[in-house]
Amino acid sequence: MLHYLLSRLLRAAVSIIMVVTFVFVVLRMSGDPAMVIMGADAPPEAIDAFRKAWGLDQPLWIQYFSFFEAIFSGELGRSMRDGRDVLSVVLERVPSTLALTVPAFLVNLVVGVPAGVYAALHRNSLIDRCVMVMAVTGFAVPSFILAMLLVLIFSVNLGWLPSAGQDSWLNAILPIATMGFGGAALLARFTRSAMLEVLGQPYIRTASAKGLPWSAVVWRHALQNAAIPTITIIGFMLGGLVAGAVVVESVFSWPGVGRLLVISVANRDLGVVQAIVLMIAITMVAANMIVDVLYGLVDPRMHGQARPARR
Amino acid sequence: MAFVEIQNLSVAFGRSPALRGINLAVERGEAVGLVGESGCGKSITWLAALGLLPSLATVRGSVRIDGTEILGAPKARLEPVRGGRIAMIFQDPAASLNPVHRIGRQIGEALGLHRGMTGERAKAEVIRLMDQVGIPDAKNRINAYPHELSGGQNQRVMIAMALAGQPELLVADEPTTALDVTIQAQILDLLTTLRRDTGMALVLISHDLGVVSETCSRIAVMYAGRIVEEAPSGQIFTHPNHPYTRGLMGALPPLSGARHRLVAIPGSVPEAAQMPQGCAFAPRCSAATGRCTEVDPVPLPLTQDHSAACIHARPYAQAGQPLHHHAATTRERAMQ
Amino acid sequence: MNAGTADLLEARDLARSYTVRRGLLGRPTLVRAVDGVSLTVARGETLGLVGESGCGKSTTARLVLGIEPTDTGSVTFDGGAMPRSGTAAWAHLRRRMQMVYQDPLAALDRRLTVGVQIAEPLDIHRIGTAAEREERVAAVMAEVGLQPHHAARHPQSLSGGQRQRAVIARALVTNPELLVCDEPISALDVSIQALVLNLLGDLQERLKMGMLFVSHDLRAVRQISQRVAVMYLGRIVEEGDPDAVLHDPAHPYTQALVSAIPHPGKTTTRVILQGDPPNPANRPTGCAFHPRCPVATPTCRTQAPELKPRRSDGRRVACHVAHGEAAAARAPASLETC
Repeated sequence: MLHYLLSRLLRAAVSIIMVVTFVFVVLRMSGDPAMVIMGADAPPEAIDAFRKAWGLDQPLWIQYFSFFEAIFSGELGRSMRDGRDVLSVVLERVPSTLALTVPAFLVNLVVGVPAGVYAALHRNSLIDRCVMVMAVTGFAVPSFILAMLLVLIFSVNLGWLPSAGQDSWLNAILPIATMGFGGAALLARFTRSAMLEVLGQPYIRTASAKGLPWSAVVWRHALQNAAIPTITIIGFMLGGLVAGAVVVESVFSWPGVGRLLVISVANRDLGVVQAIVLMIAITMVAANMIVDVLYGLVDPRMHGQARPARR
Repeated sequence: MAFVEIQNLSVAFGRSPALRGINLAVERGEAVGLVGESGCGKSITWLAALGLLPSLATVRGSVRIDGTEILGAPKARLEPVRGGRIAMIFQDPAASLNPVHRIGRQIGEALGLHRGMTGERAKAEVIRLMDQVGIPDAKNRINAYPHELSGGQNQRVMIAMALAGQPELLVADEPTTALDVTIQAQILDLLTTLRRDTGMALVLISHDLGVVSETCSRIAVMYAGRIVEEAPSGQIFTHPNHPYTRGLMGALPPLSGARHRLVAIPGSVPEAAQMPQGCAFAPRCSAATGRCTEVDPVPLPLTQDHSAACIHARPYAQAGQPLHHHAATTRERAMQ
Repeated sequence: MNAGTADLLEARDLARSYTVRRGLLGRPTLVRAVDGVSLTVARGETLGLVGESGCGKSTTARLVLGIEPTDTGSVTFDGGAMPRSGTAAWAHLRRRMQMVYQDPLAALDRRLTVGVQIAEPLDIHRIGTAAEREERVAAVMAEVGLQPHHAARHPQSLSGGQRQRAVIARALVTNPELLVCDEPISALDVSIQALVLNLLGDLQERLKMGMLFVSHDLRAVRQISQRVAVMYLGRIVEEGDPDAVLHDPAHPYTQALVSAIPHPGKTTTRVILQGDPPNPANRPTGCAFHPRCPVATPTCRTQAPELKPRRSDGRRVACHVAHGEAAAARAPASLETC
């Protein structure tokens, strides 16, 4: 088990280094931040001064290493926009984002998993078909379209819920519903197919032949096995929560990390973008780690072994 | 009264019949072999009897245990039977055990269900059962997972789990097919020993005539969803009467004597949805006559305990027994 | 064996190991799948290779064909050294030696018709014109007992026996001199097994091929082979005439194997081996069979026996006890001849 954890940690570290490098390269390649922030018609001296101040005049590799140095010392720099510490600019938005993503994630789990399990247990029933139609819809409709649909129905037509801002908890309902539905649909589909796969296994027949009531067969024998592939999907979803908030926060003008990212990219506020992307990367890697640990707990075949290829 | 009495059991998946009327009785303590090739319905017979087939299967007929009907019985009557009176083990032991539960827990589960044992008492009994089926170092192996054991050991775990409910009948569905020859010998030996020690009856399902003949006293040969011949083991080898049984024996390479061409059965098993008219074996049968494609043969008694479902089968005299006269009259009736 | 004519296939001291690593940081372990196997196959002769799962018999089959490279040892085919795997010379030689696999449905492509797949080796080796290829396919199909109309069918619409005939036809289409069959009947029903065994026997007699028949089924091996070699943990432990080996097995493992064959009407007691089939990753010292052997002696635990002719009758066997080099711990259980 220790071996297993160590090798996972090693892999996580490598992933983070790769992501950071990627962010660095992409941002440097997509335009000159000095020009964007100062304006194309700014005097050249001003632009040079800006570059000097932010170290943009240094050779790329020096920028790269100081970038890493900064990250590992927790110094993510200052926002090019208003000169505030990047970390605090980003962190002050985190609670807002969590206020959407955590409930949305709970909705994913609480709705998606039971719906998938139920659909699998009652295969080809009316409810199974309804769940599948919802799941395919949720999977096929992009979240911004769903968001606008919800706004049209509940804000414009019915006038029940506000469509933008962060004035009260009512504002959170539509964004949570948007993110919750998409994730629940995905999860329901995967849970259903994982469950169906497990229910066809010989050990389920063994459990029935032993004399266990069907409910016990499902609870004791099917669910834990179906959880193994489902955990992978939940891990992906957990990792993608912050990233997923980008679209929804923008549509609903929710002042969270996602919206900050959109604004910062538009403004070429390198420091902030780097910090947010790094944060997203770390949540993804952390989610992966959690998945690996859960795998080890749920599936005894994993101890001391490489995880089989996903999908 | 026989312990288990299966009467006219038929199973269909949609329009495809999988079992076309099975009659089979298992006496207490008896060892019966069910032989046939893949798709003949030998496993489905017992899955249907215990209500373990998926709901899309249509099951008809009657299965009685000590006179009590269990086919279509409510769960409350069926669940104590499963594992408690009739236990089943399967072909692929590794896949038949839950990969995420320790083997001790899986055996213990049956103890809790059928004997109300829990905690330390259950643990002690699990260890005793594992000892009984020959798993070495049972005290520690109780915490092993199925993937940590070999195929043969996993089949022993399955057997221990089956024994946990102290069943009156163990149905072993191809229990050695996935195992090596030397391990097969171990498992068959174990089954025989257990039957002798516990007095439970055994139904051994296999495609291998050799396997059942050594372990069972009576053999039923199945073809295309029917029992085509049934006899004591000895007689089925000395007087095989159904051409399919003879075909199965001719197809088996001999272990001694001159090597001759094997007598293969031409053609292949009919598709369930396209059963031929008359005898299902007629299209592959070298002895088939015109009548075989018209008359659906019923089992004819050839001696007191030997019957074959072939219109060409003839009663024969056994040493010390007169010719089975009753057989001839039954035949005439069947021919009408 | 065949004085006068050179052997078609001669393999000498073949060895093949794999490194198995558990996990990213796991310690790699060496698994010796094949550990010094020598064998010969003459033209028109069938050598049966028997053993249980993991004994290395299938790996041996792949090694002699060069499908898998050997670590050490050499293979000679028709007097010439086997070219290195993957080279043009090797690919050219492959048409003279073909393989029949265990599961015909897996060996055939579901999307292509049987006729196209039987012609495949001709296409690969660019043999003949289109018309000649067509003719050859028709001829080989007739030879294995397939009807001409089967050529247009897809594998899944054929029966199990017909599929295996198609696999055999594909192997035979280039007129190979050596046919290696890896468990060719174990995925088939008993009645179909008989068909395939008959077919392989007929073909070999007619075409005078050399054949290596790999199987776990001693009955099938006796039916079709002129010589049998028994493998245990990557080594040949006994070799000889099939009837001699079956009726008077010299190695304790062969004795157990023979006595384990289920046999209609058999009532005599059998030798039941204790323990599980061994793990090639954890090979016992000395004779690899000693932990399960009913007659093992202290010598067996330390010294690996050599495969050599027994003094009494020339049977090749690798066992200290059978050679009388060590006194048996107790008398081997008497075995009935069946």
